[in-house]
Amino acid sequence: MINLRRAFLTGNEAIAEGALVAGCNFYVGYPITPSSEIMHYMARELPKRGGVFFQAEDEIATINIAIGASWGGARVMTATSGPGFSLMQEGIGYAIMTETPLVIVNVMRVGPATGQATKSAQGDLMQARWGRHGDQVAPVLAPESPQECIELVIKAFAISEELRVPVIVLIDEFIAHMREVVEIPSEVRIPIRRRPKDPSETPFGSPDPRVAPPMPPLGEGYYVLVTGSTHNELGYRDTRSFETHFKLAKRLWNKVWLNIDKLFEYEAWGIEDSEIGFVTFGSTSRSVRRACKLLRSKGIKAGYVRLKTLWPLKLDPIVELSEKSRAVIVPELSLGQLVLDVERGIGDSAKIISYGKVGGGEPIYPSELVKLASKVLGK
Amino acid sequence: MEFLNTKTYEEESIAMSKRVELPPIYKDIEPLLRTERFPTIWCPACGLGLLLKTFAKAIVKSEIPPEKHVVVSGIGCAGRIAGYLRIDGYHVTHGRAIPFATGIKLAKPELEVSVISGDGDILSIGGNHFIHAARRNIDLNVIIINNFIYGMTGGQLGSTTPKGAKTMTSPYGNLEEPFNVPLLAYACGASFVARWTVFHDTQLLNAILKAFEIKGFSVIEVLSPCTIFAERNNLKMLELIKMLRTRTRVKHDAPLEELMIEPDKPIILGNFIERREKPSFERSTLDIIKKLRGE
Repeated sequence: MINLRRAFLTGNEAIAEGALVAGCNFYVGYPITPSSEIMHYMARELPKRGGVFFQAEDEIATINIAIGASWGGARVMTATSGPGFSLMQEGIGYAIMTETPLVIVNVMRVGPATGQATKSAQGDLMQARWGRHGDQVAPVLAPESPQECIELVIKAFAISEELRVPVIVLIDEFIAHMREVVEIPSEVRIPIRRRPKDPSETPFGSPDPRVAPPMPPLGEGYYVLVTGSTHNELGYRDTRSFETHFKLAKRLWNKVWLNIDKLFEYEAWGIEDSEIGFVTFGSTSRSVRRACKLLRSKGIKAGYVRLKTLWPLKLDPIVELSEKSRAVIVPELSLGQLVLDVERGIGDSAKIISYGKVGGGEPIYPSELVKLASKVLGK
Repeated sequence: MEFLNTKTYEEESIAMSKRVELPPIYKDIEPLLRTERFPTIWCPACGLGLLLKTFAKAIVKSEIPPEKHVVVSGIGCAGRIAGYLRIDGYHVTHGRAIPFATGIKLAKPELEVSVISGDGDILSIGGNHFIHAARRNIDLNVIIINNFIYGMTGGQLGSTTPKGAKTMTSPYGNLEEPFNVPLLAYACGASFVARWTVFHDTQLLNAILKAFEIKGFSVIEVLSPCTIFAERNNLKMLELIKMLRTRTRVKHDAPLEELMIEPDKPIILGNFIERREKPSFERSTLDIIKKLRGE
């Protein structure tokens, strides 16, 4: 039976707790605001539970140590923030190419460059999806509360182990440092890595595009060859042929996209009859929820779609929201990134309003959204 | 569209490999080589084949079963070594072989983890990882193939290119001081520091065995001739090979500051440093875990 333990945790602490429940036994990181508390928590707790905690010399080392440890059989997590996340991108691409399970948490702060290190933002959405060079896809999850940090980190580990893919968890400084009551499950089920049954099961080939190939463990005589170069099913480099590359790139792409039903999660509220809609994710959705309730109390039918999975993305709920709504507002702690998906999804079937605001730790207040929605509707 | 019917590289190399038969003296290491991947990509007279042979021999002599050996290589000509060895092998991103190997060693300390990569990969782009891994004294065997240049990318300046040497990016001679690799490794805290050339096969073999044996950060700088370096400096490849044989002197107790490789001066080789008193990093990590768990 699964018992629930109540605790009063910040988002960062909840990320760490979620990882521990999911059986994370290797943490590597480099200090960076506003993610460091995740690292502090793991430094204290992980060795007590038999896991390895390690502070690397920079984020480039971090991501590569994480990948090495994952191939060494560990269940690995790292956490960082914008500048560190940028440094990790090449390594994340390598993890995608070599099908390495791994969880990367990015606690978003104001950028670009050093920006405002202690202030919240949501400007890394596109980087989380597209930060690597080449054709690649890694799932991106976005919790909105400490409770959801626990749930989605557990889900991130489950996906990464099952699909042999790095999974990115995107939170922002508000969630990282807000403290709420959470319920922590005593145990969860994370898929166990499949080993090759016999030599016909190749480490980098799979007959079913939705299923990850088995991952040979190190040190047991599988003599696995792993490379970030284009490789065939056996792992042998082939940097010349079109066929080998196209087959590999498409398989890695399909492995995630064909599992979209398993990966994609969202929350919809009031979209059956909404005259004004919101599309949101992360901390901003807390203001959106409040604004919708305030609008309804004023007799304005408001609804929202909140994305818990940012990638791979289904546009259906956004389209559904737009069918009734006269206008769709996309509030973001950035100058507008999620709004691009909304534009892609609904075209000109409803008016789209990008409401971007970022810097100084200013949230988007419910009252601003109420005012904006009322103005848009002329009420 | 004739090109669509051409064989893939894979098929081609397998077809070619049928012609590759190793001489009888290589019988002992043959199971450790992916001969189906032969011929190697290396230029004629390149030193990397000799290193591959010597490293494979060291695995045989180490008495550690091949499945407990792991090799991590970075990018460049030397980065291909992992792909020719029939053990667990990783070909990682440029400069990141040491952190990758660190992750493996911390997750599975029972494995014998070696990093084999070039001077540019380990000391230039990967320089930060090198100094920190040495400082921590993690039990890795780091073999740096120093060919004094970036060979694969067409011959550019590296952090080990001798002063005055010509490269594509130093056409008027190198203005920079190169690293004194053994001194750097020692200063950062390595437990074992050696320098040999690919031609000193017995000494190199023994140094690799010593690196396997020592539980700490081991660094072997292996000097190797490169046709690209020879060409850019108007040397005949044979002259360069001869230089690595005749200009070298073995002096195990040489003061480390005298080990800089300079034009027209002897190149000193030897096993310079052997310190066994420092605990290895992964051992200390495991000790803390055991202590906390009351084991």
